[in-house]
Amino acid sequence: MKTGRQYWRSLEQLAGTPRFQEWLRREFPQGAPELAGQGSRRRMLRLMAASLGLAGLTACRRPVENILPSSRGSEAIVPGVPNWYATSMTVGGLSFGLLVESHDGRPTKIEGNPRHPSSLGATTAHAQAAVLSLYDPDRSTRVLRQGRAASWDGFEAFAAQHFAAARVGDGARIRFLSETACSPSLEAVRRHALTRFPGARWIEYEPLNQDQALAGSEIAYGAPHVVRFHFDKADMVVSLDHDFLGLDALSLGWIRQFSRRRTADSPREPMNRLYAVESRFSMTGAAADHRLRLRPSEVRRFGEDLARALGALEGPAPSPNRFLDALARDLKASRGRSLVLAGPRQPAEVHALAHLLNQALGNTGVTVTCSRAPRDDARLQIRSLQSLAAELAAGQVETLVVLGGNPAFTAPADMGFQGLMRKARYNVRLGLEEDETSAGAEWHLPEAHFLESWGDGRALDGTASIQQPLIEPLYGGRTVAEVVAVISGYKDRRAYDIVRNHWLAGWPVRDAEKNWRRALHDGVVSGSSFPEARPAADASRVAAALQSNPASPVAEGLEIAFTPGWATWDGRYANNGWLQEAPDPMTRLTWDNAALVSPATASRLGLATGDLVRLSRGRHEVAAPVLVQPGHADDCVSVPLGYGRAMCGRVGRNVGFNAFLLRTTDALWSAAGLELRRTGRTARLALTQNHHNMEGRPLILAATLEEYRKDPKFVAHSKPHLEPFSLHKEPSYDRGNQWGMAIDLSACVGCNACVLACQAENNIPIVGKQQVLRGRQMHWIRVDRYYQGSPEDPGAAVQPVTCQQCENAPCENVCPVAATTHSPEGLNDMAYNRCVGTRYCSNNCPYKVRRFNFLDFHKGLSEAGKMVFNPDVTVRMRGVMEKCTYCVQRIEEKKIKARREGRRAIGDGEIQTACQQACPAGAIVFGDINDPASRVAGLRNHNRGYGLLEELNTKPRTTYLARLRNPNPELA
Amino acid sequence: MSGINGALILGKPALGDITAAVSGIVERKPPRAWYVAFGISAALTLVLGAMLAHLVTTGVGVWGNNQPVGWAWDITNFVFWIGIGHAGTLISAILFLLRQRWRTSINRAAEAMTLFAVMCAGIFPLFHVGRPWRAYWLLPFPNADLAMWPNFRSPLLWDVFAVSTYATVSALFWYVGLIPDLATLRDRASTRIRQVVYGVLSLGWRGSARHWRHYEMAYLLLAGLSTPLVISVHSIVSFDFAVSVIPGWHTTIFPPYFVAGAIFSGFAMVVTLMILARRVYRLENLVTMKHLDNMCKVMLATGMIVGYAYAVEFFTAFFSGNPYERFVFVNRAVGPYAWAVWIMFTCNVIVPQVFWLKRARNCIPLMFVVSILINVGMWFERFVIIVTSLHRDYLPSSWGYFRPTPVDILTFAGSIGLFLTLFLLFVRFLPMIAMAEVKGVVAGGKTHGEAKA
Repeated sequence: MKTGRQYWRSLEQLAGTPRFQEWLRREFPQGAPELAGQGSRRRMLRLMAASLGLAGLTACRRPVENILPSSRGSEAIVPGVPNWYATSMTVGGLSFGLLVESHDGRPTKIEGNPRHPSSLGATTAHAQAAVLSLYDPDRSTRVLRQGRAASWDGFEAFAAQHFAAARVGDGARIRFLSETACSPSLEAVRRHALTRFPGARWIEYEPLNQDQALAGSEIAYGAPHVVRFHFDKADMVVSLDHDFLGLDALSLGWIRQFSRRRTADSPREPMNRLYAVESRFSMTGAAADHRLRLRPSEVRRFGEDLARALGALEGPAPSPNRFLDALARDLKASRGRSLVLAGPRQPAEVHALAHLLNQALGNTGVTVTCSRAPRDDARLQIRSLQSLAAELAAGQVETLVVLGGNPAFTAPADMGFQGLMRKARYNVRLGLEEDETSAGAEWHLPEAHFLESWGDGRALDGTASIQQPLIEPLYGGRTVAEVVAVISGYKDRRAYDIVRNHWLAGWPVRDAEKNWRRALHDGVVSGSSFPEARPAADASRVAAALQSNPASPVAEGLEIAFTPGWATWDGRYANNGWLQEAPDPMTRLTWDNAALVSPATASRLGLATGDLVRLSRGRHEVAAPVLVQPGHADDCVSVPLGYGRAMCGRVGRNVGFNAFLLRTTDALWSAAGLELRRTGRTARLALTQNHHNMEGRPLILAATLEEYRKDPKFVAHSKPHLEPFSLHKEPSYDRGNQWGMAIDLSACVGCNACVLACQAENNIPIVGKQQVLRGRQMHWIRVDRYYQGSPEDPGAAVQPVTCQQCENAPCENVCPVAATTHSPEGLNDMAYNRCVGTRYCSNNCPYKVRRFNFLDFHKGLSEAGKMVFNPDVTVRMRGVMEKCTYCVQRIEEKKIKARREGRRAIGDGEIQTACQQACPAGAIVFGDINDPASRVAGLRNHNRGYGLLEELNTKPRTTYLARLRNPNPELA
Repeated sequence: MSGINGALILGKPALGDITAAVSGIVERKPPRAWYVAFGISAALTLVLGAMLAHLVTTGVGVWGNNQPVGWAWDITNFVFWIGIGHAGTLISAILFLLRQRWRTSINRAAEAMTLFAVMCAGIFPLFHVGRPWRAYWLLPFPNADLAMWPNFRSPLLWDVFAVSTYATVSALFWYVGLIPDLATLRDRASTRIRQVVYGVLSLGWRGSARHWRHYEMAYLLLAGLSTPLVISVHSIVSFDFAVSVIPGWHTTIFPPYFVAGAIFSGFAMVVTLMILARRVYRLENLVTMKHLDNMCKVMLATGMIVGYAYAVEFFTAFFSGNPYERFVFVNRAVGPYAWAVWIMFTCNVIVPQVFWLKRARNCIPLMFVVSILINVGMWFERFVIIVTSLHRDYLPSSWGYFRPTPVDILTFAGSIGLFLTLFLLFVRFLPMIAMAEVKGVVAGGKTHGEAKA
């Protein structure tokens, strides 16, 4: 049929060739795919299934198991709206409850779980940095067999054959070596494995352990006990080398309770008093009212003298000593309200003495309570490791399964553990990193990070929490329980099933599911804490122990003391740049560890900070830089462990020196006989603070409780009275929300949790050692530490400093492009994309809190590394100034929420800045100063309140509360 | 008058001799020394380009600036070069208005120096910012994408106006003064290219009485316009510091102190350059000992003003009772940068005292050394003001120390190279002595304005 005008599309059409007719007729033009051969229904379904499967494989990484969001009840993920999940983190055999913020299935920020007794909503600096470790591109990403790529399937096949009963029999030649475990579900798997292989043994070893405390309680009570402290009830605290406010804190509740007792709201309120006896100047020493510098070996003598002076121990009364006598009188006067603690680095006898003292002072059951240790068979970890080493040396071990940890690096140097491990025919190693222990292993298996795997754990008081994953394992890692399940043929193979079925089995069937969901949601299993035990300390047993193991006479020469590495702990955090760059709270050292010596010892040996020395003890030797630490005990060298990792990721490789090389079985914590030789060379130490004297400036205002009682307005009286006048009408900020912050210097212990929390929340880059040496670190909040008094025995005070959000901000009027301006709510805003980077604002900032991107500090970030960023905060480019914003993204989030809910007012405490939320001491309070009922307004007008450098008329929005101390008048 | 004339121009040259002597420099092949100097300067200029390219592609971190020392060599160099520029305008404008006839032999070179120094100065504020590609945001232009003005309260913005105005007026003043001499060169030109280029540049100057009348009026007006700029530009530069709250910066003495220092350093640079130029080009008859003697006296006077300012600063710090201010000055005298302070004090206050002696004012090698030392001292003055005040301010926890990187050093060296390159090109292609004006001070001649009097 032909109608109308005829158009032709091609010559072929015009010609009407048969080929063209054929082409027209076909549904698909030539070349389009057609099913070759006969299409069938089966084939069709097969293809459909395959494409579905492919689509599914490439989909999200979210775990398929049920995990429950915590505080917001939506199961659906709303793009851009974060979810919070409760989980827990285990360090050193203790778990800490966490809440983790997840953005579209990507964990970005860790907070403490307020329901968890060990965190109370706060976190340690190390917990804050865990998200960075999760996305660490240097983590172990692959299964290796003899150093060559292999697979989990390959390992399972190997395990099925290798661990077959026919081959290994009762498993007499199998040894398991793990870190201190506190996981109830892993315990079930462990028990199964030991039933399956009755001849095998399972050894737990951790270089920084609680051996001495358990052994000490065994001496005092006849059985190992776990001790809990109640600082809220203690008026008088005596620390025998226990850094309970710092690295030795086993629960953040300790810091919270202690700090509460130091922040007198009015002169009438009582305040606690802290005596610290220690060698290294620790955060506890800085908080102490009285501090006695003693070498580690002298602490035991001090404890014995104290026990004798108080009549807790038989024996001649000690010779008069001003400090001891005053302390003894103080303790006697506060019976039942005092607390004596012995540090984990002190020998068992000192712990036993502490138990005895607490009992004699009537503290037991009040400020100190006990519970039985979870396992009675727990022996000293070092003894277990020694027997394992002996078995390895004798060739009695065929298969060594190392589950987590890094024993090749952390085992005592005299053991030669790395070499001994080779003596086992098969080494199976599960680890987060390909490290010293992985070298030469038959199998290296990647371990799952705690944020990507199921698990559980117990806190110090026994409270159990479930560890929920936030993300599917990034690199296919598995947990300890999963690997042991494969080896031993446990009924469940996946961590989810292992954990869930373990807990469900313990509950009545009717409530099991409900309990499980509640435990996931809350982050704690209710009623799971250990029952309290009330053992009696036996003075005769303690005396016998003291007699049978007499204190070695105080030796001539130098003593060495090992401490945990601030950033690295036992080496496990070595590859975490956030921690490496966070300055040690006392030394202010980053990217290094150093041998700490007192000024007197340094001048006696002719040493200065930065000198490179050779430390040796017997045949063990290491080169280390010296750092002169005011307030350190004389004739003693403290060396932080965990640095100097040779086989580590790119961040931590060879950072610092390896102090484990000096740590031997007979000198796990301290020992005499250290030799120190100068090399004549020097090293550059990246300190973030080079001047430690306040120069008489009124920066940290402080008074004793007595002075405060005499003159409650001492702050106002210690500052010059100024009548500021202005040439122009100053803007008034009296309407709407006016944000402000108050920091209580009495509460702050300087733990650095705020620094790390800010770094995680605000996408703050790290800059590396060379840039820190140039003074270009980027932290928005820093904790200044000043010494006062003589360099030999100074006091120390800390002060967190962040942008003070001045109402009369000197930075604002000098910016030529108006990139930093004042918001109507009193925030000193920074418009990054308007900033051209003149740095004039930073020059003109009296607080020096502005930070400049001198270089592109985000350069070369891996794809995984980018996942850690908080999507609510801009990532700043080079050439741009940045600084604290009072977490403006959190303020805006809550304002939007309030508006959406039709509320006009935002409740006091509803907005928490990142630093405030992480602070274990509760020293930081944020809120609306325009609301007279708010906490921050009260603290602003508190009689201890003052503004830093307020005499410049900057009108800072951040105010401080003067530091109070409570020294014994007898010792003043 | 004859005595002065005799001292200002030696050898009683005829007017034609002056033209021949000055124009000859431009028309003949330059001496070997010029090629050597140009080679070195041009190489240094290339270094400057390389350093700036490195800076822009990598970041300000290639310099040693840090927290708390946000400004260091960058702004030191800026103030240093701006200061150098001061002598030119002072000689051209203020000495002109004051009828100082001795200015005629040196004003052209001094003005050229001003211009080149301002160019060098401009590099540093432009490139010291973190994002130089956004530096144009400092200009107040109506823009649709940002819809905002710069911050008129910021002294850095005042700098933009002060320096750009100064550069514009200096360039105009210099060029207007050049017109009659350019016409002379045009008339003497022997090649086509020279005829065209100088012809275009001389703007049709024919030397008619009417031309001279307009020229004299324009010159007088520009001199009047430049005079306040001599005072204002360095006063405003000093506001960068004086307006801040940083002890050591926050002080009201800065404007006069900075202006005196600028004239001091500017004259020192003129002396350095003129000593070399008169020697190489045998201009002893035109740039005489009288000129040099006068310049030495100016250096002595301004050097003493600077010394007085140092003393007053110390006294004020003590007298104010402000502990932060006191600390800064004690820290300057005995702190980690005491070496820089003592270099500054020696070079700027002690060394110029030799000019009390007539013998010293007549000794060219000594003069040369002293003029260089004064410039070293003045560079250190700016370094001391900027870096020692910043490195230890209010909170001791933030105190730091600044160390320059090789890039800092090479960038500054490169800016010297650029300055010298431009000056050498000026010497090569333009009359370095104002012929028309010098003719006014030969015996019986009259200079600007004097014809009417």
